[in-house]
Amino acid sequence: MAKAAESSGDPGTTSPRPLFAGLSDISISQDIPVEGEITIPMRSHIREFDSSTLNESVQNTIMRDLKAVGKKFMHVLYPRKSNTLLRDWDLWGPLILCVTLALMLQRSSIDSEKDGGPQFAEVFVIVWFGAVTITLNSKLLGGNISFFQSLCVLGYCILPLTVAMLVCRLVLLAEPGPINFMVRLFVVIVMFAWSIVASTAFLADSQPPNRKALAIYPVFLFYFVISWMILTFTPQ
Amino acid sequence: MAAVDDLQFEEFGDAATSAANPGTTTIHIEGPSESPTHQPGLPRGSGGEEDDELLGNDDSDKTELLAGQKKSSPFWTFEYYQTFFDVDTYQVFDRIKGSLLPIPGKNFVRLYIRSNPDLYGPFWICATLVFAIAISGNLSNFLIHLGEKTYHYVPEFRKVSIAATIIYAYAWLVPLALWGFLMWRNSKVMNIVSYSFLEIVCVYGYSLFIYIPTAVLWIIPQKAVRWILVMIALGISGSVLAMTFWPAVREDNRRIALATIGTIVLLHTLLSVGCLAYFFDAPEMDHLPTTTVAPNQTVATAK
Repeated sequence: MAKAAESSGDPGTTSPRPLFAGLSDISISQDIPVEGEITIPMRSHIREFDSSTLNESVQNTIMRDLKAVGKKFMHVLYPRKSNTLLRDWDLWGPLILCVTLALMLQRSSIDSEKDGGPQFAEVFVIVWFGAVTITLNSKLLGGNISFFQSLCVLGYCILPLTVAMLVCRLVLLAEPGPINFMVRLFVVIVMFAWSIVASTAFLADSQPPNRKALAIYPVFLFYFVISWMILTFTPQ
Repeated sequence: MAAVDDLQFEEFGDAATSAANPGTTTIHIEGPSESPTHQPGLPRGSGGEEDDELLGNDDSDKTELLAGQKKSSPFWTFEYYQTFFDVDTYQVFDRIKGSLLPIPGKNFVRLYIRSNPDLYGPFWICATLVFAIAISGNLSNFLIHLGEKTYHYVPEFRKVSIAATIIYAYAWLVPLALWGFLMWRNSKVMNIVSYSFLEIVCVYGYSLFIYIPTAVLWIIPQKAVRWILVMIALGISGSVLAMTFWPAVREDNRRIALATIGTIVLLHTLLSVGCLAYFFDAPEMDHLPTTTVAPNQTVATAK
């Protein structure tokens, strides 16, 4: 069944034979039996672990997930090259951040003039479809990061901009004026730079070296648009 | 280079000198009639550039064959779409530079795209242009109405979706129509030069790049400045488009050829003038006497 009848290229070439070149000449006939055992060690341990999380209290489950989210927030706020965000990805953090941002950015429905700020759904769509588009772009360019890992990183790196939104909201409670605007502009610019640095620290390594700029530019555009929405937020 | 002797390229004459890479797989080509399409599908990464050099001077049918052969995966696999993003950073920059500096007689597609059309450039240039127009329009309106007492700033977020619809429709439907038209004319009149759909999309996408700095400069609230910018941008991108498509319709009936080029330029004009008119309010001169003029107004004073 495994008779590999294959001629390995032109015998007249004087170039050095590549590795495994002679393998194509090997044929396995039927009268050599192949047998053995395949066992997966430590299987019983994993089963025990699974059932134990089923029996734990709800508080334990929630606290474990919250701690994971909090740990990733810390990684975003102090970006060093580490694999935690990539290895144990989860989408809870991005969801919490996106919902918070969209809730704060939406215009009130009482004052629904035609040309106001974004609605909740518009912010939500921009964040999630923007992240999906950037992920698809980096995968099409040949990056070796998985789909959800990239979504996770992009979502978590919105954290500085969410903080900027909170600060802007507080600053807007004071009297309006050019100083008010300058403070908000400064905060948004700093947080925008922070987001870019954090996401680049995590994403840059997974791109082929001659296409890094092509993969990073959409991230820049994405955070720029979110920063613009935060900066131009005017309460009604 | 000892490897050159092994390649038996002598029949091709001076094409053998650019064969180059020792260390890659050796290719045997039996005779001058044997076209290079018998090569197995070469990877289009950095090794593909040398082969582009070899074939770059051929006429269009060979590059068409190679372009058709490159996409060997079926269209429902991910690898099929990866072939459209097979560009490096410097290639994208080169193509953008080519769209900004139209050289008379040089064809954008021949010079820069060379049977490797990409979708990265058109997609992200259009995305940037959408946000550039929307944000610049918003800023410009804000600055124009800055001193007015009755003006309340609104972010005008709905204009982003309108801009996106306009720009993406232009960048994809017009190439589709143009491609269909060129295919139809090709069946009637034998043209030497013909473009694939993706190459046309590529040309249109990169020709829109000039509008990004133009949109930012449109913030300046002077009518004359804005119209000069329109002229410059239209001149550059219109000439890129005209010089690209002129060889494709040259052999045709004179009137049809001129009408095609004229339609291309006209649609381009409509796009730029329409965006200027819709997203950017006219800088009015007559609202000044009704408001208290602060000394640091940026609007030009009316007579």
